[in-house]
Amino acid sequence: MIESSKTKYVQESDSSSSTSKTKYFKSKKKQDRNGKILVYIVLILVSVLLLSPLVWMVSTSLKPMQEIVRFPPTFIPETIVWQNYVDTVQSFPFFKYMGNTLIITIFVVLGNVLSNSFIAYGFAKIEFPGKKVLFALVLATMMVPGFVTMIPQYILFTRINWVGTYLPLIVPSFFGSAFNIFLLRQFYLSINNELIEAAKIDGANHLYIWSHLMIPLTKPALITVGIMSFNGAWNDFLGPLLYITDESMYTLQIGLQSFSNQSTTQWNYLMAGATLVLIPSILLFFFAQKYFIEGMDLTGGTKG
Amino acid sequence: MHANQTSNNNGKNKRKKMNWNKRKRNEALWGLLFVSPFIIGFLAFMFLPMMFSLIGSFTNYNITSQMDFIGLDNFIRMFTTDQLFLKSLYNTIYYVILNVPLTTAGGVFLAVLLNRNIRGITIFRTIFYLPAILSGVAVYVLWMQLLSPTSGLINLVLSFVGIDGPAWLFDPDWTKPALILMRLWSVGGAMLLYLATLQNVPRQLYESAEVDGANRFKKLWHITLPMITPIIFYDVITSTIGAFQIFQAAYVMTENGTGGPANSLLFYNLHMWNKAFVAFDMGYAMAMSLVLFAIVLVLTFINLKLAPKWVHY
Repeated sequence: MIESSKTKYVQESDSSSSTSKTKYFKSKKKQDRNGKILVYIVLILVSVLLLSPLVWMVSTSLKPMQEIVRFPPTFIPETIVWQNYVDTVQSFPFFKYMGNTLIITIFVVLGNVLSNSFIAYGFAKIEFPGKKVLFALVLATMMVPGFVTMIPQYILFTRINWVGTYLPLIVPSFFGSAFNIFLLRQFYLSINNELIEAAKIDGANHLYIWSHLMIPLTKPALITVGIMSFNGAWNDFLGPLLYITDESMYTLQIGLQSFSNQSTTQWNYLMAGATLVLIPSILLFFFAQKYFIEGMDLTGGTKG
Repeated sequence: MHANQTSNNNGKNKRKKMNWNKRKRNEALWGLLFVSPFIIGFLAFMFLPMMFSLIGSFTNYNITSQMDFIGLDNFIRMFTTDQLFLKSLYNTIYYVILNVPLTTAGGVFLAVLLNRNIRGITIFRTIFYLPAILSGVAVYVLWMQLLSPTSGLINLVLSFVGIDGPAWLFDPDWTKPALILMRLWSVGGAMLLYLATLQNVPRQLYESAEVDGANRFKKLWHITLPMITPIIFYDVITSTIGAFQIFQAAYVMTENGTGGPANSLLFYNLHMWNKAFVAFDMGYAMAMSLVLFAIVLVLTFINLKLAPKWVHY
């Protein structure tokens, strides 16, 4: 399969270089073509290197245990055992944990999108004294390692009896986070102020302008923030590990971790579990890749 | 008549000015309202907790009964009686020193590789970026299998080329390289940052360099790399901070944070975690968190000081 795609790309590069670059010297052309082939070979090699863990994961998840420990091992399972997936979701309360994770994730996404959009509007579109200093503070908070505040935060949540609930995982997301504020502020700055001025003349206040004009206009950036927070909350391990005490409230991450402690080297089940937990992130990536990349582009463009 | 008109005008101006002031004050209140969630969150979840840490680190606080002032004892203990502290610091610095340059170089390499107009390039970009968005326990479990000495993919591939692969997570000499290997898998995140910048480099720069007879490597060294030094700088700072926080991988891959073979995966934060939430030695753990913060601040400061020597703005 790799071979065939390689030759295909080589042919493609052949045709494009002969049509568009006729004015180059022949030797130059040949050199260019060789360079292109080399680039494709490296690109394909790196792709195989990066994709093989995922392919291996799915392949292992479908093998019977005898086939996994056999030498030499197989890359494509000889006997496909779908039962591995059934056994995995039955060996711990998979769907209950998935529901728990979903509840937390929905609130975190909601909190992040609303609060960061709200805060960023203030920083981008309203003049007030001390704004510069405050924004510098926002950026400075990015430099504080999470572990520095983790212990006193835990003490705080213990004192107000939030440990053992989802509140410590959800509530902080309603108060903004530096990276998202930065990202959305950049997006707001690209929106013309005339629109806001016109709305003000019509008697609209900032709350109205934000909720009725800005939210629709900043949709792409809000989706980016939403997707990144979904990914973050879905895969968060540290938060639930610290704050969830009751087993019935576990998230998928905690469930998978304790499952992996129980069944070390039961690779077929473990890989089935890993595949199931990763599927939402992978699907989201393929359907909303544009937004992932836009999130990075935005920061890349401004920090450069 | 004439005088009357001027005074009238003055009054108008005054009223206008007053109105303007009022509007400005009104606007400022709106601004504060909008940023207030950040201010409240900063005070409640960052500033006050850090102040508490600052006080708590000079006590023997254990969350339930005691909080006596014990001076610098916690800090002295770190460097004298707590053997594991220095071990964890060593492990973490080892990890940071290997991790930061490798991931930066990896990100730049992939970005340079992708920064060309050839067919199918967006597919490669997607493939390179995919591992970077995957995280959490599933990724660690997957890598525990890949790194498995007997049935893992990595040693299998190594055996094809005649190399007898190490025991990775079971050999104290290979545990940290194993984690760095795993980290390199998701180098696509940094790559995307570089790629965005590379695509903004003016083409004329390369064209005029070609006229002057510059080859591939000269162009890379004299144009591409200088153009992305601000991003390298940003990447080095953030990935240093990130690498110092390594915890989850080590916690999951050493069965509940026991530290792995010969404590070779006992990273700083893992040790801090065990002190805080296993031994409930909160005062000591808070002191450790302050030391970590100081280390990160000093490193960031050094990075900022060194920046003018190599970063092109």
